[in-house]
Amino acid sequence: MQPLLDVKNLSVEFALRQGPLEAVKNVSFSLNKGERLGLVGESGAGKSVTGFSIINLISKPGYISNGSIMFEGQDLAKMPFDKMRGVRGNRISMIFQDPMMTLNPVLTIGTQMIETVMAHMDVTRKEAEEIALEKLRKVYIPSPRKRLAQYPHEFSGGMRQRIVIAISLLTDPSLIIADEPTTALDVTIQAEIMDLLLELCETDNMGLILITHDLAVVSEVTQRIAVMYAGGIVETGSTRQVTETPGHPYTQGLIAALPQSGAAGDRLTQIPGAMPSLMNMPAGCPFNPRCQHCTDICKQELPTLKENKSGILVACHHADKV
Amino acid sequence: MFAFIVRRIAQAIIVMLIISFIGFAIKQSFGDPVREITGVSVSAAEREKIRDELGLNDPFMVQFGRFMQGAVKGDIGRSFFYKKSALDVILSKAPATLELVMCSALIIVIFSVPLGIYSAIRPKALFSRFVMGGSIVGVSIPVFLTAILMIYVFSVELHWLPSYGRGETVNLGGWRTGFLTLDGWEHLIMPSIALSSIMLPLFIRLIRSEMMEVLENDYIKYAWAKGLMPKRVWIVHAFKNTLLPVITVGGVQLGTMIAFTILTETVFQWQGMGFMFIEAVERGDAPLMVAYLMVVGLIFVVVNTVVDVIYGLVNPQVRITGQK
Repeated sequence: MQPLLDVKNLSVEFALRQGPLEAVKNVSFSLNKGERLGLVGESGAGKSVTGFSIINLISKPGYISNGSIMFEGQDLAKMPFDKMRGVRGNRISMIFQDPMMTLNPVLTIGTQMIETVMAHMDVTRKEAEEIALEKLRKVYIPSPRKRLAQYPHEFSGGMRQRIVIAISLLTDPSLIIADEPTTALDVTIQAEIMDLLLELCETDNMGLILITHDLAVVSEVTQRIAVMYAGGIVETGSTRQVTETPGHPYTQGLIAALPQSGAAGDRLTQIPGAMPSLMNMPAGCPFNPRCQHCTDICKQELPTLKENKSGILVACHHADKV
Repeated sequence: MFAFIVRRIAQAIIVMLIISFIGFAIKQSFGDPVREITGVSVSAAEREKIRDELGLNDPFMVQFGRFMQGAVKGDIGRSFFYKKSALDVILSKAPATLELVMCSALIIVIFSVPLGIYSAIRPKALFSRFVMGGSIVGVSIPVFLTAILMIYVFSVELHWLPSYGRGETVNLGGWRTGFLTLDGWEHLIMPSIALSSIMLPLFIRLIRSEMMEVLENDYIKYAWAKGLMPKRVWIVHAFKNTLLPVITVGGVQLGTMIAFTILTETVFQWQGMGFMFIEAVERGDAPLMVAYLMVVGLIFVVVNTVVDVIYGLVNPQVRITGQK
């Protein structure tokens, strides 16, 4: 079966005065119809840039420098603007991080929903409004008809994120890219929003790319994980395998650093050091300055993704030992 | 919304009181009205008597109270020169100034909005750079220089446009308008361009910089991610947010423009309030100057109050605050 989304050797560069800066390096992953993938990593690892590059909406001066993004039989990386516009918000929807900043403060919720429907479907205003109402009910917004006439500031953060989710559902997309959808919300609301997202993906058989730094969230929602570090994928496999038997020292560190993995009263474990800046990458494996298994080869050669003994793809020279 | 408007009007009244007070204080310390009435041949004792009769020896605040009583009824003093009510003099000059300001404001809106938007969304385009460079030149050249240059080129050298006056006007129930004759329009062209020559570049730059800031927002990126048409993203999503600060500044600038007419009207001998004010200063006509100050102050206050109300209509968050 052909995958829904097939990203191959994707590289994204930012054209800076000092020359191009590679923020995403040779990233490949694929997603089947209805499958949910977690893109995990710390801030600056290139997760969001990867997510935005799928709909070719990287902030200037970033651009896709190499690779292909096959989606429903078309290469999004080479698509002209007009065709791309027809895919954005239609076949692929995006959910942004901060619902306080995502909705336009001077337009009503109704306007912001109806315009999306009318940009992609040949319907009347009235029909578009009915679609909007239906989706608002789907995300459990009470008295949706009244809500359509209200402005974003009349909603709480959690409600706004529900509305953003409702907007992303308007055109029944086959893929939703959610960029840290719960990071800006408080903990109780986080769980609610994630449950809602999971429920909607399952009922409508929608694909989901969940971009987050929260391993706990990823393990609840997704079937597969790709761990990103310094612009590249260092480990990818099924969520269960990766969280239970992580293959890459970085992933192992991440999981060991979760507060619940130690006994009460223990000091929290951490990965020493910080991710190197993209301007100042170490030679070889980018993780080598922080890695306890580091040997000479790690400082010279960039490891590629290889299957390890438990069947996970790991980019580490010592994948079979660690 | 109603409470919001009431509060704004109350504030406007306080501002007008302060302006009146300053105006009255200027009047008190500027010249001697008795001397203007009587000339030099009257004895000191008789003058003192007249002063008493006119109430000029009363305490300052009592006199201010009397002045305010008159001001509410529209009596803000008599012009020494014209020998009639200062307000009447100003009102007879106001149409000329208002028509000039209206035309300039129109020029500013028609040109600044598209140019500002374009140079914000295509900051690197050659045309945008040209507009930005031109606007620096426009801001830097003083109005009187622009005006004189225009007169030199279009009147003296090319003989295309008249260089002074309002031309043929039509009296519409006390409002002398130049809008109804071709001659009136021809006379209006250069003064209104000269008057807008400073504000137009300022507005282009203001709209551009506000718009560029708005375009950086997440909700604009989100609008793109929803797959909207570029026109809709720029006009509906970005420009509507750009309008908020532009309206605020615009209101203040509209008031400033009325004050700016002093220069333009003087160069073009335009028979408006600004030209009248310069004449009043030359003649030492204190009541007329004070009356001008108060009328312009009133226009400022009214414009700003209207702008606040409009701002409330554009920005939904202000509307809510007003309801509380």
